Amino acid sequence: MDTTIKKSATPDSMFTSKLQGLLRWESFLVLIVFLVCVMNSYLSPYFLDPWNLSDATFNFTEKALIALPMAMLIIAKEIDISVAAIISLSSTLMGLVAQMGAPVYVVAFVGVFVGAGCGLVNGVLVTRFNIPSIVVTIGTMSLFRGISYILLGDQVIREYPDGFEFFGQGYVYWVFSFELVLFAFFALVFYWLLHRTTFGRYTYAIGNNPTASYYSGIKVNKHRLILFTLVGIMSGVAAVLLTSRLGSTRPSIAMGWELSIITMVVLGGVSILGGSGTIAGVVLAVILMGLVTFGMGLLNIPGIVMTIIVGVMLITVVSLPVLIAMYKTSLKRKEAKAL
Amino acid sequence: MLKRLIYSREGVLSIIVLAMFFGVGVISPDFISLSNSASIFNDTSILIMLALGQMLVILTRCIDLSVAANVAFTGMFVAMVNQYFPELPMALLIFLSLFIGALLGAINGLFVWLLKVPSIVITLGTMSIYRGATFLLSDGAWVNSHQMSESFIGLPRYEILSMPVLGWMAIAAIILFFWAMKFSVWGRNFYSAGGNPMAAFYSGVNVGKVQFYAFLVSGTLSGLCGYLWVSRFAVAYVDVANGFELQVIAACVIGGVSIVGGLGSVVGCVIGALFIGVVNNALPIIGVSPFWQMAISGLVIIIAVIANATSDKDKARIILRNPNANDEIRAN
Repeated sequence: MDTTIKKSATPDSMFTSKLQGLLRWESFLVLIVFLVCVMNSYLSPYFLDPWNLSDATFNFTEKALIALPMAMLIIAKEIDISVAAIISLSSTLMGLVAQMGAPVYVVAFVGVFVGAGCGLVNGVLVTRFNIPSIVVTIGTMSLFRGISYILLGDQVIREYPDGFEFFGQGYVYWVFSFELVLFAFFALVFYWLLHRTTFGRYTYAIGNNPTASYYSGIKVNKHRLILFTLVGIMSGVAAVLLTSRLGSTRPSIAMGWELSIITMVVLGGVSILGGSGTIAGVVLAVILMGLVTFGMGLLNIPGIVMTIIVGVMLITVVSLPVLIAMYKTSLKRKEAKAL
Repeated sequence: MLKRLIYSREGVLSIIVLAMFFGVGVISPDFISLSNSASIFNDTSILIMLALGQMLVILTRCIDLSVAANVAFTGMFVAMVNQYFPELPMALLIFLSLFIGALLGAINGLFVWLLKVPSIVITLGTMSIYRGATFLLSDGAWVNSHQMSESFIGLPRYEILSMPVLGWMAIAAIILFFWAMKFSVWGRNFYSAGGNPMAAFYSGVNVGKVQFYAFLVSGTLSGLCGYLWVSRFAVAYVDVANGFELQVIAACVIGGVSIVGGLGSVVGCVIGALFIGVVNNALPIIGVSPFWQMAISGLVIIIAVIANATSDKDKARIILRNPNANDEIRAN
């Protein structure tokens, strides 16, 4: 009888039995992904073409790369809404460095390095001054993108060294793009980090009860600082991929991405209040959103309609468990009365 | 008394805003002329009204990210009603904008009240939904000024005592809020529900209901601002006020409204909005490229919250300095 409700109520999945495991949020996501696949291939004959599917992955790999550390950050009860602005600043600085004639690896390094720096700034502000991360990152969101606007204005940079386009447009093997392989790699890395290391267990602990974690000897602030930096680094990586894929940089790049990234994370079953969630759930949510977008694209449905569907999914996902729990308690009350 | 006034957060902030204002005035005397001051205030009116609504929401430990999408939807709705039925009286259109705004706000509020779902998730969702609904409503088309009736465009511009109606509306909102938040039980409940929900609950305050009211008011004001925005810029399209919700939250944060709830004043909130308004209007005059605007407001937000976090005058803020208390508050 322990369904997803119990799941979201209990901190995390340390002691779940096999049967409970089948009834988890992740299994529900697998089912939906499967249904979407069936529906899409029924609606459009082009859906199951491997190259089409491969193209579809470009819709979400960059966002998904950020969703992985973001999930860890939200599990630890923090949030970072400056990620899209980090992409913008990192992409801008990459562009400027490329204009000066830097080679490919230097450009890519600058991208990741700037991302790490921005993440560190967020982390220091949150941990040093004890400001809620949502306020800090609302501020740095304007600051980072604002710096891009100061540096570039309404200009566009298009001069990148030869070979730079591989990151966003290259294929490693057959239909597997570099972006997709990189995402798979990082999904494994973050799976290992969150579910197989003490660092991951600490993340859950901090998310469930920061005070208790602090008194148990976890260096809470240092942990948060690392998480913010991780989000920054991955935003930098995403910036490299996106800039390379588009072949151009402008300050308005990746506008509004923070919301779709957070949506991915919440859709993946990570509690926005912290303390619970899995990487597998996030990966499934990412795939789900990618498939739905792609399927609707094949059906010529405009992208903005997609945002409605994502919004409805998001609200349903958080409300449904609450509604079911309410229904169950009312049933129990009726039983008690009958007795 | 005077000393306390100057050292209060609002006092420091207004001194900064005034210093900025007159500083720019030294470079360009026209900037501080009465008519230009009125026009800066008029420019900031929509931001002030939205920030007041957002303040109520933030006071109750929630956040409303859907305000800008609400503005876009309601604005598009009344613009289209005006386009197809130009003979409808303005009073009805304004009532309609208030009603639709309130409805959209109530949707947010009901989820938060009845299901106790985190407001950031709900409003993140409704933000996309309202924006998408605007597209469905208009089919991506624009409503341009020649499709709007004269009174539709003219109303916020109508000048009383050399201040447009838009500015007077903001002044009315400020007075109403100031009174309500200081002297009415209804207004005080926002502080108690956000300051200590448990104590509020035991004192008989229905915290969920208060949160619902906060979203209702925020939505209603967004609806009104939807009409005002569309009428002021004489155009309605899907991307109206895109990203404006962050400026609204920024105005609150700069004005000292604590994001963890229970702390903030109407005066601070208005000065926070005026700060953004003065910066936006001053930059072109002192010859700084408008591209600096975003970075400056970001920097100001960060400085404002750091000042907030390190100031030890207010007891409520001292509690927040404890790293763990901070999290406990957020956890609730």
